[in-house]
Amino acid sequence: MISVRNLSKSFGSTVAVNNISFEVSKGEVVGFLGPNGAGKTTTMRILTCYLEPDYGTATVAGFDVFEDSLEVRKRVGYLPESAPLYTDMDVVSYLRFVADIRGIPRDLIGGRLRRMVETCGLASVVGRNIGELSKGYRQRVGLAQTLIHDPEILVLDEPTTGLDPSQIIEIRELIKKIGRERTVILSTHILPEVEATCSRVLIINEGLIVASGTPEELNATAGGEDLIHVSIRGGDAVAEGAGLQDTGTQDSGVKAALSSLAGITSVEKTSEAAGGYSKYIVKVGNGADVAETIFRLAVERGWTINELKRETLSLEDIFLKLTTREVGQ
Amino acid sequence: MRNTVPIMKREFSSYFNAPIAFVYLTVFLGLSSWLYLKGFFLVNEASMRSFFSLIPWIFLFFVPAITMRLWAEEKKVGTLELLMTLPVTDTEAVLGKFLASFIFLVVSLALTFVLPLMVGILGDPDPGQIVGGYLGCVLIGAAYLSIGLFISSLTENQIVAFIVSVVAIFVLYILGADFVLFGIPDWLVPVFSFAGLGGHFDSISRGVIDSRDLIYYFSVIGLFLYLNVKVIEARR
Repeated sequence: MISVRNLSKSFGSTVAVNNISFEVSKGEVVGFLGPNGAGKTTTMRILTCYLEPDYGTATVAGFDVFEDSLEVRKRVGYLPESAPLYTDMDVVSYLRFVADIRGIPRDLIGGRLRRMVETCGLASVVGRNIGELSKGYRQRVGLAQTLIHDPEILVLDEPTTGLDPSQIIEIRELIKKIGRERTVILSTHILPEVEATCSRVLIINEGLIVASGTPEELNATAGGEDLIHVSIRGGDAVAEGAGLQDTGTQDSGVKAALSSLAGITSVEKTSEAAGGYSKYIVKVGNGADVAETIFRLAVERGWTINELKRETLSLEDIFLKLTTREVGQ
Repeated sequence: MRNTVPIMKREFSSYFNAPIAFVYLTVFLGLSSWLYLKGFFLVNEASMRSFFSLIPWIFLFFVPAITMRLWAEEKKVGTLELLMTLPVTDTEAVLGKFLASFIFLVVSLALTFVLPLMVGILGDPDPGQIVGGYLGCVLIGAAYLSIGLFISSLTENQIVAFIVSVVAIFVLYILGADFVLFGIPDWLVPVFSFAGLGGHFDSISRGVIDSRDLIYYFSVIGLFLYLNVKVIEARR
């Protein structure tokens, strides 16, 4: 659907996009992830024909962004960052204007408008001036504007910035819904957003693609570690041996037993919890599922467990690792 | 050229979305009629000549006020990015905006038709001169619009666009004026007197419609619209 080869773009002496190449196939939801100023917006502006590349080629839906710019623009819906809109127009006349330019036949425009109002939840603001709308509603009008001509490809630049948490969830749900039938590229610097909406991630930093893959793949390649939070009371184990009465020795017993399990790289005691429970953080090597073995061990030794929680240190770490390393160079 | 029409419609209606249009029209009509009628009864002559000679000076401020917003605001708010990623060519966008402002200008001139009617009732004016006068106003107005629109595309600040447009139009207007022609080398005189916006207006508004004057105005309009397209292209 989208194919980018050796794309470069500079502004003066600043290189915004440096020789990047990637492909996006039909039906994918791809997230551009990167710190501010990484080149996400520039890449999107090239794909939507707002800017022309200095070097390299980009084809969207089979058309070159430079040679067949109008054909590309007909097939793409684009929501620029912060959703700029004509604030002096009301919602319906704005959408009608876009529909008009998009060449939607006059007799279909009414139906499309109704569908957009429904999909994007605009019913309560239909007659209002765009200038009076809250950020969340403007964002929705922006989305409605990108969807009105039923585009094959959507390009959304930071679609959730400036929204409150419940609006963010709504917009993400909307993007997911849209993404079932269409190809979507979205950019963000918010990590959970990528995990929540994207099937593939491109991490961009300083104009380069530093990593690409599904969130799980990225996790695996970067050797993401899992943490297990476990809270144990060494009840019977304590009673069995006379020398194990004080908690210090009890802890070292539990710690030693946990450390000896396969797949565990380190065990660390964090705090003494109420009721004789001690909390431990167990670091687990790549991929191993040790929650079950810990449970079996506890049963065997007669320990009581009142917390056993797994935490994946994921994209966030990979992101920081990749982007700070680049910065450090 | 299909998309020129929706852009033109949007721009034209946006003049009326805010009360700006009504303020402009009131000021334009009030100022032009008052300045004209002030002398009309004193001179006691059924002629519109003094009215038409006022128009280039009123337009000097009125036209930049119409055009200052057209590109500058799009750039400032960021809607230019939305507009130029719609399937619209740069030429369509420029023409749409130009035509919207042109129609607004024609509407404002049409509202002054009360004056020739009044003069016609009171006396016996020369109809050729009135037709020529209005044609001259439309042409010089359109030339001012193309300059103002072009300057608006160079900045994202409306006030800057307004002031620079006023200055640029003023300079082009007085190029052919006598006191300028006295101060320059002889070989430059024909160039300056042809390039000035004012001289061509004077001959048309006398009722003398010469193809050289028409060609002059069409070239000025064409040149600045072309430059405007180039500026919009240059963002890429």
